[in-house]
Amino acid sequence: MFSSFMTNAWISGTIVAILAAAVGFFVVLRGSAFAAHAIPNGAFAGAAGANLVGVNPLVGLVVFALAAAFGIGVTSRRTRSDVATALALVTMLALGAAFLAASTQYEPEVNALLFGEILGVSSNEILPVALLAVSCVLGLLVLYRPLLLSSIAPDLSSARGVNVVLVDVAFLVIVALSSALSVPVVGALLTFSLTIGPPAAARLVSARPARALALSVALSLLTLWAAITCSYWTNLPIGFFVGTMSALVYVMVRGGVAVSRSRHAHVRARTTMPSVTT
Amino acid sequence: MRWLFEPGLFANGSVRTALVLGALVAVVSAVVGVFTVLRGQSFAGHALTDVATAGGAAASLAVVAPLFGFVGAGVLGAGAMDAIGVQRVKDRDVATGVVLGAATGLSALFLYLITLSTSTTGTTQLILFGSVFSVEPSTVPDAVVLGLLVLVGLTLIRRPLLMSSISPELAAARGIRVRWVGVGFMVMLAVAVGLSAIVIGSILSTALLIGPPASSLKVAGRLSRAFVLASALGVIATWWGVVLAYDSYYWFASRRGLPVSFFVVMLVMVEFVVTNLYARWRYWRVGTAVASPRPTKVEA
Repeated sequence: MFSSFMTNAWISGTIVAILAAAVGFFVVLRGSAFAAHAIPNGAFAGAAGANLVGVNPLVGLVVFALAAAFGIGVTSRRTRSDVATALALVTMLALGAAFLAASTQYEPEVNALLFGEILGVSSNEILPVALLAVSCVLGLLVLYRPLLLSSIAPDLSSARGVNVVLVDVAFLVIVALSSALSVPVVGALLTFSLTIGPPAAARLVSARPARALALSVALSLLTLWAAITCSYWTNLPIGFFVGTMSALVYVMVRGGVAVSRSRHAHVRARTTMPSVTT
Repeated sequence: MRWLFEPGLFANGSVRTALVLGALVAVVSAVVGVFTVLRGQSFAGHALTDVATAGGAAASLAVVAPLFGFVGAGVLGAGAMDAIGVQRVKDRDVATGVVLGAATGLSALFLYLITLSTSTTGTTQLILFGSVFSVEPSTVPDAVVLGLLVLVGLTLIRRPLLMSSISPELAAARGIRVRWVGVGFMVMLAVAVGLSAIVIGSILSTALLIGPPASSLKVAGRLSRAFVLASALGVIATWWGVVLAYDSYYWFASRRGLPVSFFVVMLVMVEFVVTNLYARWRYWRVGTAVASPRPTKVEA
């Protein structure tokens, strides 16, 4: 399981899991799950397009993910953001479908882009992936305080002089970059699962941002490592395990929290999670 | 007109089926979509297509009629979202996301098993992206019945649904069971989305559900007009998309047509841009908001 051909899978999987959990923490906090779903799909279209014109897929991934992010960011100011996201998503997917129709791409390659092919990561892809990941984490660190404040209390943060629109666009750019590097590893559809399941579970457990963030990363790593292990032993696609286990983590943590709350309910008046007021 | 309608276009049986089913799906999606956009449930509407897709893949493995797979999985998904919690707006986002994530995981498994068990290629893309040209004529009666059921159901609950979409508190105060109206709507959304996902694929399903209604709500001052306009925009985009896709077969020397979904989505986007520009032009000319420039979002 730890033989040489699996090394790249473990390294790239670990990078993706950490990044998805860190980005996902803010995605869940800001309620921007739809954008987090749409942007990797845009990246998928980019990979298909890059394949068609014969450039490095990573370039196509980054360009299209950024285009999706800016499309959502710009249109959201005129329309409801969920409508803007839906329209950006279908536009990207339609372009992807056209690229696929025009190219002679082999079906397993398409599946790999959608559902991930963790064994397909080559050694010379690790470095760019790692660099992109580090820049995303640095971006999150720089944005940490304004992002947290504008996620929880947008009015308060704009009153304190935070440029909410700028923070929003910067965050979407980080989502785009992290999607672009996750798509080849876990696939366009399942990048999203890791971004939502573990962070949503972590938020149920702790209300403190730093603790919830750390827990989210831990749960995400556990999910992805377990998924790689299961995929290795059963030969079934990793996407299946990533998708179902992420959801399972959320459901189990939620069940556990509910049980422990009902047990402690009469012992101490429990302060509930600070509900995010919209 | 030969440059526009390639020879044999209307004599082609699958084109005729495509035009009829496409129009049906466009109208059902438009009507359901107006409520979806008003309620801010675009994400759920899109997620249900992916859930339905997982069901479609499962049905094709289990050799069940695909329509039941699509619609059944959609309804199950809607139930799961409700169980996790779709009442509060922020919870809704997570609930939809968790169900969507699980469904894509299952799709990954089912599609992998399909590629193992069949030697035919293109199944994955057909299930994911759909093709209105490949709908079997035997699906037509079932699809028509389901589509009509959704329209009738929505007509029955339209007043409480509208009320609880615009102001849940007011609706509750007037004795409307907001939760159950919401569940009823989700079920109808799931059926409509499952239906359109099998007929036109998951991309177009979302495009027709959100695009034409969002365009029509920009310019229609009254809700009844929004329904009519959204349906018209949806049908126009679908029909022209089918015609252009058919024509595109002759555009390239490679005899490789572009997919219907590509053309329909582009037409939907053109309609969205044009209606937005028109709304802004009218707003600027009259100087006051004749129609609400954006659907009113009532703060809770």
